[in-house]
Parts: sequence; C-alpha cells; structure tokens
Amino acid sequence: MKKNTLNFSKNRESDGMKVLWRLVKDMFKAYPWHYSIVLFFLVIVTLASLANSVIMNILVSSITDPFQDFILNNGAIGIDWNEAFTRLMYLCIIQSSIYVVGVIAIFFYQRIIAVCGQKVINILRIRMFENMEDLPISYFDTHKHGQIMSTYTNDCDTLWQLASQTLPQVVMNVPTIIILFFLMVYFSIYLGFIVLFFSVIMILVTKKFGKISSKCFLEQQINLARLEGYTEEMVSGQKVVKVFCHEDEVIEGFDKVNETFFKYGEKGNIYTNALMPALGNIGHVLYIALAIVGGVFIAYQTPNLTIFGIGEPISIATIVSFLLFSRRFTATISQVSSQFNNIVLGMAGMTRIYHLIDEPKEVDDGYVTLVNCRYDENKNIIECAERTGQWAWKHPHGDGTLTYTPLEGDIVLDHVDFGYDNHHMVLHDISVYAYAGQKIAFVGATGAGKTTITNLINRFYDIADGKIRYDGININKIKKDDLRHSIAIVLQDTNLFSGTILDNIRYGKLDATDEECIAAAKLANAHDFITRLPQGYNTPLIADGANLSQGQRQLLSIARAAVANPPVLILDEATSSIDTRTEALIQNGMDALMKGRTVFVIAHRLSTIRNSDAIMVLDHGRIIERGTHEDLLEKKGVYYQLYTGSLELS
Amino acid sequence: MKSEVASKNKKTKKNKNTNKIRLRDYWDATKVVLKSLRQYKKEAILSPILISLEVIFECIIPLVISWLIDTLNAFAIDPSIQPFDALMEILKYCGILLPLAIGSLICGMLSGKFSATAAVGFSKNIRHDMFVKIQGFSFENIDKYATSGLVTRITTDVFYVQMAFMSIIRMAVRGPLMIIFSMIMSFVLAPQLAWVFLIVIPILGVMLTFITLKASPIFIRVFKQYDDLNERVEENIKGIRVVKTYVRSEYEKDLFRNRAEAVRDNFIKADKLFVLSNPTMQFAVWLMITICVYLGGSYILQSINAGNEWFTIGNLNAINLYGVQSLFNISMLTQVLVSVTMASTSIMRVYQILTEEPTIKNPENPIYDVDDGSIIFKDVSFKYHEGAERYSLKDVNIHIKSGETIGIIGGTGSAKSTLVNLIPRLYDVSEGEIIVGGHNVKEYDIKTLRDNVSCVLQKNVLFSGSIKDNLRWGNMEASDEEIEYAARLACADDFINSFKDGYDHMIEQGGTNVSGGQKQRLCIARALLKHPKILILDDSTSAVDTKTDARIRKAFREYIPEVTKIIIAQRISSVEDADRIIVMEDGAIDAIGTHEQLLKTNKIYQECYISQTKKGALS
Repeated sequence: MKKNTLNFSKNRESDGMKVLWRLVKDMFKAYPWHYSIVLFFLVIVTLASLANSVIMNILVSSITDPFQDFILNNGAIGIDWNEAFTRLMYLCIIQSSIYVVGVIAIFFYQRIIAVCGQKVINILRIRMFENMEDLPISYFDTHKHGQIMSTYTNDCDTLWQLASQTLPQVVMNVPTIIILFFLMVYFSIYLGFIVLFFSVIMILVTKKFGKISSKCFLEQQINLARLEGYTEEMVSGQKVVKVFCHEDEVIEGFDKVNETFFKYGEKGNIYTNALMPALGNIGHVLYIALAIVGGVFIAYQTPNLTIFGIGEPISIATIVSFLLFSRRFTATISQVSSQFNNIVLGMAGMTRIYHLIDEPKEVDDGYVTLVNCRYDENKNIIECAERTGQWAWKHPHGDGTLTYTPLEGDIVLDHVDFGYDNHHMVLHDISVYAYAGQKIAFVGATGAGKTTITNLINRFYDIADGKIRYDGININKIKKDDLRHSIAIVLQDTNLFSGTILDNIRYGKLDATDEECIAAAKLANAHDFITRLPQGYNTPLIADGANLSQGQRQLLSIARAAVANPPVLILDEATSSIDTRTEALIQNGMDALMKGRTVFVIAHRLSTIRNSDAIMVLDHGRIIERGTHEDLLEKKGVYYQLYTGSLELS
Repeated sequence: MKSEVASKNKKTKKNKNTNKIRLRDYWDATKVVLKSLRQYKKEAILSPILISLEVIFECIIPLVISWLIDTLNAFAIDPSIQPFDALMEILKYCGILLPLAIGSLICGMLSGKFSATAAVGFSKNIRHDMFVKIQGFSFENIDKYATSGLVTRITTDVFYVQMAFMSIIRMAVRGPLMIIFSMIMSFVLAPQLAWVFLIVIPILGVMLTFITLKASPIFIRVFKQYDDLNERVEENIKGIRVVKTYVRSEYEKDLFRNRAEAVRDNFIKADKLFVLSNPTMQFAVWLMITICVYLGGSYILQSINAGNEWFTIGNLNAINLYGVQSLFNISMLTQVLVSVTMASTSIMRVYQILTEEPTIKNPENPIYDVDDGSIIFKDVSFKYHEGAERYSLKDVNIHIKSGETIGIIGGTGSAKSTLVNLIPRLYDVSEGEIIVGGHNVKEYDIKTLRDNVSCVLQKNVLFSGSIKDNLRWGNMEASDEEIEYAARLACADDFINSFKDGYDHMIEQGGTNVSGGQKQRLCIARALLKHPKILILDDSTSAVDTKTDARIRKAFREYIPEVTKIIIAQRISSVEDADRIIVMEDGAIDAIGTHEQLLKTNKIYQECYISQTKKGALS
C-alpha cells in the first residue's frame, strides 16, 4: 500500500484522471441505459435553466420596453397595455412550463443517480471483497489491516460522494459555465471579460484555500491515528497507569496529541468555512464592477462589442440580465470549486479501490483432489458422491490413469528451505517426519521459525527448496482448498466471527448438525460455559468480545477445529495468551482434540508438550535438537536447560 | 457497547411513551457536554454574532442592488439625465455596496474562523474531559468498558458532536435570521408580493422536514447495518488465516454479497426519499420566481399605466433575491437537522462517560503517610459485582508484619490476585476491612497508598518509549543511578546492557519486542523504583528462568529487607523460602505456614510440590 501511494503522488494528475475515466467506464458498463438517460436529463436541466435565464432577459425587457416607450412618448400614445399584459402572461407560462420540465428532469436524474450510484458502489465493493478473499497470505502480511479496512470505509465513502454528487455536478456545471460564458460574450465582450477576470480570481482563491485545508485534513488524519493509538495504548494499560498513579502524566501526554490534532482540524475548518463568504463576496464585487462599467457604457453611449462586432450601445435590459447571468455564473463556479477537494480525495480513493481489485490472486495449480470414498470387498478405494466419512486423494497422472490414496495425515518435510524473498532464507534444511497420529512439537525463541513451518504445510507460503509430502503426495500437486480442508489450525489469536456461538463452531464444517456442534463443544470443554450463558449456544458474539473471556473464545476456536474433524491439526501457541486460570481447562479440551490426529504443536509452556512423539528445538531457522522429551532431557542440551528453567524462553 | 445501543433501540420500540423522557435525556446530556466549552465560549458566542452581522449585510446588499438597477433603468429611459450625474449616482450606490461587501466578507470569514475554533476546540475539550474521566476510573469502572469502545467514543462520537455543534452555531443561527430579515425586507419593499413567501416558505419547510425526518431513521439503521458489514470485512482481514484454513472464502463471498446487497437496498430506499428534497427545493424556488415575476411584472405595468412608480424593476429583482436566499436557508436548516440526528446517539455515549462515577474516590482529610508495611485483613469478603451470587473472597483474616515475605500458592481461580488487589485499593472490599500501616486503606490518599504499595500485575504492560521512560513510571525524578540500581535488583541490567543503546532502547507498544521474561523483569524494576513499603508480585516471574528468579528474591532479601513482599507464584520454588506461605483454595485461605510446615500438614501444598518436583525429577 505504501508503494502505491508513493506511485500515486508521483504521477498524481494523469493517474488520477485515468482512474476517474475507468470509474466512468465502469459506471456506463454496468448501467449503460440508466446513465445515458441521466446524461439526457442533465442536458435538459442545463438547457432549461439556461433557457430561463434567456427568458428572464426577455421578460425584463417586456416590462422595461413599454416603460421606455412610455417615457419616450411622454406617456401620450401608442402603448397597447393589454398586449403588454398578455405578453407578460405568455412569457410566464412558457417559463413555468420550462420549470416544470426542469423539475421533472431533476427528479428523475437524481433518482437514477442515487440508485445506480449505490449499485455501482456495491458492485465495486463486492469485487473488492471477492478479490481480497482470494489474495495470498503474503498480501495480508505486508499490508496494514487498518489500511485495507479504510479502503472499504473511507474510500468507499469518497466513491459514493464522487458517483452521486461530484461527477453529476461537474457534468452539469461545466457545460453551464461554458454556455453562460458564451451568452455573456454574446451580449458584451467587455463585460464578459470582467466576469472572466473575476472567475479566475475565484478559482485561484478556491485552489489556494482548498490546498491548505486538504493538507490540514490530511495531517489531521495522520494525527487522528496517533490520537487513537495513544488512547488505545493508555486505556488498555489503564490498570498499570492506576497502579503507578500515573494519571496526570498520561493526561499530559494525551493533551499534547490532542492539541496537535486540534490545531490541524481548526486550521482546516477555518479555511473551509472561510471559502464560501470569500467567493460570495467576490461575486458582490463583480456585481459592483459590472454596474460601474455598465453605467459608464450607458452614460457615454459607448458602442458595445459583441461577437458580431461593434454594435449598438448597451441597453439597460442587457445590463440587468448580465447581472443575473453573472450571479448564476459565480454561483456555478463556486459550486464546482466546492467539489475540488472531493475530486482530489476521490481520485486517491479510487486508486486504492482499483488496486485492491487488480491485486493478483493466489495461484493454485494443484490437481490432486480430496474425494469421498468407500472400500469395495477387495479393499479397493471407490470414489463416491455421498458423504461416507472416509476420504481419499484422487490423483490423475499424466498418462491418463487415476490413483486413489487414502487420507491419513502422514506429513513429511524433506530438506525444506524457505525465505520470504529469494535472498534471505529464514528456514534451513528442515526435515520433519510426522506419521499419521503422531504429535510433533516445535520449541524455540520468537522468530526461530516455528510458525513459518506450519505456514508451509498448508501452503500459505511456498517453499524455496526441498519437498513437503502429505500422504506421500507432493503438496504442490494438491489443490490448495483440498489440502487446507485436511488441516485445521488453532491460533493464538482466536479470530472468531460476528454471529452466534453456534455459527462460530459450525464455521469448521458448514453442514454440521446442531448435535455435531454440541459434541464438538463438549470435546473442547466449552459446553459447560456455553450452557451457563443466558442464551446458550445462540449467544451472539460481540465484536470486541466483551461478553466472552479470552479463554472462552479460545475454547470456541478449539471446538471449531474439532467439528472440522481433519486428520491433521496445527496448534500455534494456542494457550499462550490465556491467563493461568483457564489454561488448565483448555488443556483438557486440547488433549481430547489431539487424540487420533497428526498434530503439530507450538507451545509456550513446555509441560504441555512432554508427551509428544518428537520435539524439535529450533534456533534461527534450523532444527538444533530433536527427539522425545526423555531423549532431550538426557542429552542435557538446550531443551534440558529450557525445561529445568535455567534458560529463558524468549 | 453495540448491545447497549441495540437494547436501547429495543426499549424504545417496545414502549413508545418513553420518547418524551428520551428527549429530556438528550437535553441533560447536552447540558453536561456543553460544560466542556470553557475557553472557547468567547468564540462560540462571537461566531453567531458575526454571522448575524453578515446576515444583515447580506440582506442589505440586494436592496442596494435594487436601487442601483432602478438608477440604471431610470437613466436608460430618461435621456434628460446627464451621463455624468448618472455615473455619480451609480458610483454612489457602488460606494455603499463596496463597504457592505467588505463588511460581509470580514464578518463571514471571521465567523467562519471563530466557529471553526469553537467547534474543534469544543471537541478537543470534550476529548480531554473524557480522557481525564477515564483516568479517574477505578478497576471496577474499567472492567465495564472494552478498550476499543472507549477509543471510538473519544474519536468518532466526539467528531459527530463537533459536526453538529458547528452546524448549530453556524447554520442554525444563519438560517432563521436570514429568513426573518429577508421577509422583513421583502415586506418593506413590496408588501404586495411578499405574501408569496409566507406561503411558499412554510410549505417548503414542512416538506423538507418531513423528508428528512422520514429518511434519517432509515439512514441511521443502514449505517448500523453498514458498520456490521464492515465489521465482517475486518474479521475477514484479521482472520484471513482462519478463512483460508477452513476454505471458507466462497462462503464468505456469498455472505458478503447478501449483506452488501441488503445494505445497498436500504441505502436506495433512504436515498429515494432523500433525493426528493432537491426537486422540491427547485420547484419551490422556480414557483416563487414565476409568481413574483408575473405579479411583479403586472404591478410594474400597472404602475406605469397609472403613472406612478410604486413598483420598480429593481424591487422585483430584490424580491427574487430575497426569496431565493430564504429558500436556500431552509434547505441548510434541514442539514442541521441531519447532523443533529446523527449526533444524538453519539452525545449520549459521550455523556455516559462524562457522568460515570468512579467507584473509588479519595477520602476527605486523607492520610498522606504510610507508617510501615504491616497488613491486616479483618473478616474480608469480596465480590466483583454487587449482584453476584458468590463471593470471590470469603472471610479472610491475615496479619502480615512489616518486612515479612509472604508467598501465595493456589489453584487457578482460587482468588490469589483478587486478594492482593485489595491491598492498594484497586478494588474495595465488600465486607470487613484492610489495615495497612495501622490505618484502614480507605483513609489514605490513594496516590500515597499506591506509591507505598507497589503492585506488579499479572497482566503486565510496558508502554512505547525507551526502557528508561518505562522505568521512570515508578519515579519520575529517578536519577540514572537509581534506575540502574533498580534494574540490577530485578536482574534486568544484563539484558538491558546487551542492547546497543542500553537504557535508551525503545520498547514497542505492549512491549512486543522484548521476551516475556525480560518484560517481567522490567516491570519489577519499575515497581521497585517507587521505593514502596509493600511490594506485590502477582505471578510476575513465571517466564523468568529459575536461577534468575532465585537471584531476584535473594536481592530482595539483601537490599530491601524492610519492605513487605507478597509473592504469588505457580512454582513452589518461587515461594519456598518465604517467611510464610498462604495456600488459597476457592476464595478462602486453606492454610498458612512455612514451607516445611505446609509440606507436612497441607494436602494441596503437598500435591503441588509433588507434581512440580516430579516434572523436574530428572534435573
């Protein structure tokens, strides 16, 4: 993500325009008719409002002309008052019909834009999510969660702004500005240039103010993260703060961050608030200028300059309508300029949205699949469609033959090397033999590579050298989904999902019956606490887990693994974040779960891995000791020191 | 937190006559929150005043323009007027107009500035007040809230309040004033036409209010739904390993698609209502202009016909401007309504924090000295919630002499931590009393008590900053020598010195870049720097190796013999050399005695000892 924003800032304008164009194309691709109709209505609205300006001009002269005639003729002769009234009425009728058409057009185009806008956002949102679900784990390891999240929240919000307000406004207002300008020039080039001059000033002011305020809001955003971070850290460490009576210092620290946050917010808001009065009053000054210049022209009967050349002196009607035009013109310009920030923000947001949509997916060229099977009388494996509870690997070979291997959970790592990039290997020559039903433990300091090994087994990452075999099959040949179906993981961070407790257990096997889920909960030792909750298995989980303790959540994730019932299980520090009060409870659940499965355990407390079939002591990506608990104690090496407490596990 | 909101909604649905009470609640909440305005009161008052001035300027400007137009008009029609005179006339009006425009510009920009300062400053103060309040929370208060919930309240909720406040001091002042002034001016200028406003404005106001009131509950509902959707996304990002392990991406996609479509449909429903407001507004504006132009035009023609000038084209122009201004301000007012509705739930959540009473407070006339480190538990019982059925701690009686070393052993859930948390008054006893240094703990100044009773909690936290910064938590004025001395006592000096930058080595948030054992030793050193009379270690050496553990205890014996030490441990070896050991079982004291005594007489202690020595039998 960091890289993306860098690229973006380097090539901002052209990239931003490209992204906008892509959005417009996407909108039209999804709803070609709707958006064409919107364009049509936009044209009508624009024309209607312009027509009204013109009619207003005629209206004014229809009132002033008789007046003028009247004066010129000294009120004596020749004015047909009835005709003047009828003319006025007709003009008003024409005007109101145009208004009615305009209102109807506004109603329809806004409705379509609102509806289609939501639909387009939804399409992009779903595309984002669907692509995200298929991204490799490395993407999530290298991108901050908050940043991915803000694509769904902030960026989608700016997209909404862009699709439903900014783009239609720009589409409607830019032609209006151009047409108005030509109309003004049509009436008088001199006056037109005055308007143009003031418009330039208005645009410059907007740009200046916009730049300052958007910079401040950006800074404010950064400081918001800081404020949140500080609050989060201090509130979660609140008990320590209390024990050390450190409240005053902590408040002082908070005030400092709060003050910086305030300063940027204040400045940004000042410039935003000041923009409208500034533009409005520049409009007033323009009015004054037009009146003076117009007055001079009329006073000295200066010939007017229009696009048709030098004509008659400016009439009062021209000036009056010019004043009206200029008001429309400045109003439109300030409307467009108020969208300035939205366009900039929108481009940045769209860039990130499209980046997430375009991010390359996790590749899978596995072709060995997991199938339900049964055995015939000769103990041959027969593939079948129904659930039999027995599974086999279906392995098609290059020569067109098929072989079936029963799923047992036999895992072999054979001289495996691995690095996150090609230059820095983090695992060296790892060989592990886990026969079906065995329990293998990994011990070692943080960063020794324990978790990395388990990430290789289910192909979250691909190895650089060596081989990993599952039931004798190279895991690169196995379809990733099927490989992962055969392995369950219980992690230190429980990662439950919003929904009921039952939903969360069932996550391990979607078609599990309630009975199966309850049986799994019993196995994991979770049944007791669940039944004691007021709503039992239907208790909804609250996002921050306020209603369940960390230990209880861990029990649920164990139950989830139990219901999946895979032959291979990985327990990655499943109990290390649990306080001692609940660890004993969990340990029983885990022991029950491990029975009859191939298990890889990464454990903090060595007492929990004593009964492993093999213990691997890892250091800097190498296995430095291996053997059973007894073997290793006898060896009096690193494991012995760790176990007796003479060496600290770091 | 979410459940609070949900249950609140449920309540109001069930019981509609609570609505009135709720409005009063909002008012109470607003009154409390407004107290945070403090130094920004000046700006908060100046801003509406300046806005009023700006409104007056803005309302005079169309009037002057109408005169200007009339002048232009008169002079176009009447050739007898000298061009120079006419120009002077125009300049005169421009001369009036220019200061008005400048005045309006200055007032507008200043009010913008003041309202920004007032609103953003107000929200700064609210955040400060909330944070201070949270810092005053007792452990019982803290247990009530989840961290993330508090962070949202301090940031997002306060932001909504800020937005509402800003729109109130700007638009809610400007809107009605603008409408009133425009009306007055219109009636002065042309009473024959101004009645049109009296009809159009209320109708438009009612319609827009209706649309807003109708649409905003849907919006609030969708926002909640939208939050839930994003929460699922967040769960997927955080739990991507779980999703992939259980091969649930297709399932998640389906789920997401369904929920996203539900959100979309509700948004569309709300939007369909909301988009009505713009055509309604436009319709009102145009309707008004047409009526004014027709009637106004007729009046002008009539007045010419009648040979007088009671209605002019300038009047017509001004009336139109006033009309458009009024209508525009009505739609601004509906925006105020939207932002106030948005902020209504937020302000209640802010209010809840601001009025949460800390359950433990300093006594009046507190004692500022702790004489010695003696501790007496007298018939102490404790439960975490008043309503709880079971006591977590029942009838505890202990006398601890100053300078004694006490070990505490017991199974999980036997209330060891609960027992020691009562000594520095992290929680208050439910029954009985605790006497430290001869006085009930409730008589001490809390800071004095906690400085003298130094507690290393089971759930240790280091903060981002250097090691030195972290250790100084114990004593802000500690010299480098003192810090190093404390680190030596806690056996932390070895590994600290192994860092290139030693005591300036930066600790990351939560202390993630040091190992568990290192973290525990830093926490002990931090507690030692307080020079306490009583030191409590709540399972604080569990990740430290046994040798170092012994060295730490030896240091305690040798260098701080006068300090009362209470050590909770899982390992027998951590407590066996204590003067006395308390065996806890199920919220009560099972036995007290020395290692040898307990080994002979206490069953729990024996079992514990056997299981641990068996494990280490080979050593």
